[in-house]
Amino acid sequence: MAVAINNGTKVWRRRERGAQLAVWAAWLAGTAVFVYCWQLISEATIWAFVTDAPAQAADLAARMVPPDWSFIGALWRPLWDTMNIATLGTLLAIVIAVPVAYGAARNTTPSVALVRPVALFLIVSSRSINSLIWALMLVTIVGPGVLAGILAIALRSIGFCAKLLYEAIEEIDEGQVEAVRATGASRAQLTAYGIVPQVMPAFAGITVFRWDINIRESTVLGLVGGGGIGLPLNAAITTLAWTKVSLILLLIIATVVVSEWVSAKVRHAII
Amino acid sequence: MTVAALAPRRWKKPPFIRRAWLRWTLGLGAAAYLALALGTTEVNWTRVWQGIPRGAQFVSAFFPPNFVGRWSEIVDGIAESLWMTVVATVVGIALSIPVAIGAARNIAPAPVYYLCRAILAVSRSFQEVILAIFFVKLFGFGPFAGFVTLSVCTIGFYGKLLAENIEDMAPAQAEAVRATGASWLQWLNYGVQPQVMPRMIGLGLYRFDINFRESAVVGIVGGGGIGATLNTAFERYEFDSAAAILLVIIGIVMLVEYSSGFLRRRVQ
Repeated sequence: MAVAINNGTKVWRRRERGAQLAVWAAWLAGTAVFVYCWQLISEATIWAFVTDAPAQAADLAARMVPPDWSFIGALWRPLWDTMNIATLGTLLAIVIAVPVAYGAARNTTPSVALVRPVALFLIVSSRSINSLIWALMLVTIVGPGVLAGILAIALRSIGFCAKLLYEAIEEIDEGQVEAVRATGASRAQLTAYGIVPQVMPAFAGITVFRWDINIRESTVLGLVGGGGIGLPLNAAITTLAWTKVSLILLLIIATVVVSEWVSAKVRHAII
Repeated sequence: MTVAALAPRRWKKPPFIRRAWLRWTLGLGAAAYLALALGTTEVNWTRVWQGIPRGAQFVSAFFPPNFVGRWSEIVDGIAESLWMTVVATVVGIALSIPVAIGAARNIAPAPVYYLCRAILAVSRSFQEVILAIFFVKLFGFGPFAGFVTLSVCTIGFYGKLLAENIEDMAPAQAEAVRATGASWLQWLNYGVQPQVMPRMIGLGLYRFDINFRESAVVGIVGGGGIGATLNTAFERYEFDSAAAILLVIIGIVMLVEYSSGFLRRRVQ
């Protein structure tokens, strides 16, 4: 136990002296880094705009109420597109993610030296680039529209789904696989009867979870031309039609809340 | 039962969804939705066809990517993203701790609990990019808007997970500290905080990782950082520079992810 001698009496301390010094040094270093970074940001900031911001925010909020409900008729189609982008993108991602995960999991990969690193690289590069950046690229390639959005969502989701799925595959109970192998099953039968039933709940859970995230992400793809509800949002913001903006934001929140509820229900039913 | 009676019965794999009506409803519903969704998705195939050579051009820009041409801009952008990430993570976590304490059902009284849960729900329901658009309008272009965006998003994420962690803590230890006659702050400091500290550090590193990734996106709408550089490169059709920026982002994300994973394993 750590004690300090204070005027001849022992006083309880939380840490030994060395550990306490290390904690202080870590705090000092962390604070120094933070202050330095803050200073750099502060230099790049026009502070007059920042101090003015509360007034601006109040002004903006006043312009946003009441939401322009008459505009809602024009929003159902983009909303439908947004949902399609999320759903079709998730499906496409799952189709590609399954073989990638199969190649990345240590216990199923055909080759640890060759296939596994490639699969892991695919997973990392897909995960580190946000769907908005994927959309930015795809819009220049396939043109603006729903297809660019679907592909962007799919490319972003491959890494996420494949990562969670391969972790699930690595955690399976080898005993069951062994039992199926003992019946003389081929490699394909081994996968179908030994592995798939074990990862199926995880697989379904991951799919629904990612679908929920994708609904959220697909709402903004329109900002760079990826189709969906982001397109009218971008148009409303650039034309300063704030009552329309607030309506679109309300619709987005409602969609996100519903999709989160659906995904929670489904995951609860599966797991 | 004789062997002959058993013979014609074959084993069938049990279906994933046991209730037959649910299985059929879900299957038919999914098929109908897919048909409808694919039928109403408008794709301009001639434009896609025209885009393929452009896509090939884009892919060929990756071999080799042009790191040299815009190197100083790339370094500036990455550095700005990193400052933004550091400051936003620290401020976001500092702000989310009181909210998380308020949102833990075993610590906070009901009115505080509902208020803090509402704060968390609101800050989680908006996409980073949408928030960034508004903060850029309020604070002007540059890293300050990006920093505020990332901080707000950090509150929602970190606060929710920390609150759940506090709710899961062992009550006996906290009770023991309270029994010594500790004040509320001492109780938090000695009874609660040591229990959630490893998870707090782990989550903080994870959030740092996420914030760096998101900082690339808030730049696209004017929030400063590497995203602004990337967007400019795309708009000028400098695909080779864009490829270089993407590779740098992937490299740094991998680096941050591996080092934060390493630190998290050591802490937990």
